[in-house]
Amino acid sequence: MSPGFLPYAVAAFVFLCGLWGAATSRHLVHLVICIGVLQTSTYVLLLAIGQKAGGVAPVYYGVPHDLLAVDPVVQALMLTDVVVEATVVALLLALAVQAHKHAGTLDPDALPRLKG
Amino acid sequence: MRTALLAIGCAGLLALFLWGMTGLPPFGSYPGPYGDLLNSFAASERKATDVVSAVNFDYRAFDTLGEEFILFVSVAGAALLLRKIDEEKKDSKEDSESEDREPGRAPPPTSDATRAFGVALVGLTVVFGLYMISHGQTTPGGGFQGGVILATAPLSVYLSADARTFQRIAPRGLVEGAESLAAAAYVLFGLAAVVLGGEFLRNVTPLGEEEKMGSSGNIFWLNLAVGIEVASGFVLLRSVFIEETLQRRLREESK
Repeated sequence: MSPGFLPYAVAAFVFLCGLWGAATSRHLVHLVICIGVLQTSTYVLLLAIGQKAGGVAPVYYGVPHDLLAVDPVVQALMLTDVVVEATVVALLLALAVQAHKHAGTLDPDALPRLKG
Repeated sequence: MRTALLAIGCAGLLALFLWGMTGLPPFGSYPGPYGDLLNSFAASERKATDVVSAVNFDYRAFDTLGEEFILFVSVAGAALLLRKIDEEKKDSKEDSESEDREPGRAPPPTSDATRAFGVALVGLTVVFGLYMISHGQTTPGGGFQGGVILATAPLSVYLSADARTFQRIAPRGLVEGAESLAAAAYVLFGLAAVVLGGEFLRNVTPLGEEEKMGSSGNIFWLNLAVGIEVASGFVLLRSVFIEETLQRRLREESK
C-alpha cells in the first residue's frame, strides 16, 4: 500500500476505534462519545478525497481567482456532518438522561427489558 | 467470547475497508470535475469568495434546508424527552433537592475569577459570533459556526452570573420563537423565488460587491437565518438540559 493511501487508512482506524468502543461499552454516555468518534472518521475520509496536491483552501478572499484550490463540495458535506453529529449527540444524551431517570443506571446490561 | 466475535468482525471490516481504498484515487489527486468547476466560477458568479459557503447556501441550498431541519427536529426531540411530566412535577421539589447532590453539600459560590472572565467573554463572543455569521460568504465561517459561537454567550452568563440573569437574557419563549421564525425564514426565502417565477431557493436578492459584508445575495441572508436558528437552538438545548438545576437555583435565589 502506497503512502498515498495513509489518510484513508487513518479514517478506517478511527472508524474501527469508535466501533470497538461502542460495541464494548458498559456506560451509555461512553457509548454516545464512541459513536461521536466513529462519525469523525467520515471527516477524515471526506477531506482526504477532496485533497489536491498543492491546492489551497477554496476561499478566494484577496487572492487571484484562478488559484489551485481543493474540492469545496466535500468540505461543505463535512460541515453538514459536524452539525448533524452535534445535534444527534445531544439527542442521544437526552435519551441517556431519560434511561437513567427510569432505571437508575446507565449500564446497558443492567437496564430492564423493554416491556410492550 | 463476545470480544472474540467482535475482533473477527472488525478484522473482516478492516480488510474490506482496505480493499475498497485501492479503488480510490491516491491522496492529493482529486479527479474532479465538480469541485474544480465550482472553484472556477463560484467566486465571480455569486460574488462569494468562500466557495464552501456558496456550495452550502446556493448550489446545495436545498440540502442545507434539510440539514437545518435535522437540527430543528433534534432540538425539539431533546426538549420533548427532557420535559417535565405532570406526575414528576408534584414531587420535583424533593426530587431535585436529593437527586444530583449529597445532602449538606451545597455547590460552592461562583468565584470572582469566573465572574470577571465571564463578563469579559460575553461581549467578545457576541461580537465574534455576529462577525462569523455576517462574513460567511467572504471568509470561512457562516451561520452554523457563528450561531454556535453566539450561543456560548448566554452560557458564560449562566456560569458567571445568577440563574435569574440567564432567564432574563434568554427567556424560553423568545428563544423558541426565534428558532422557529429563523427556520421558517429559510423556507420563505426559497418560496420567494418561486413567487417571483424562478426555482425554489434561486437567488432573489442583489449580489452586491465581492468581498464586502452583505454581498452574495441569498447566501448572506440565509446565513443570517441559519445563524439565528443555530444560536437559539443551542441555547434552547442547553436550557432543557439544565432545566432542573436552573429551577433549583431560581428557588434558592428567591429565598
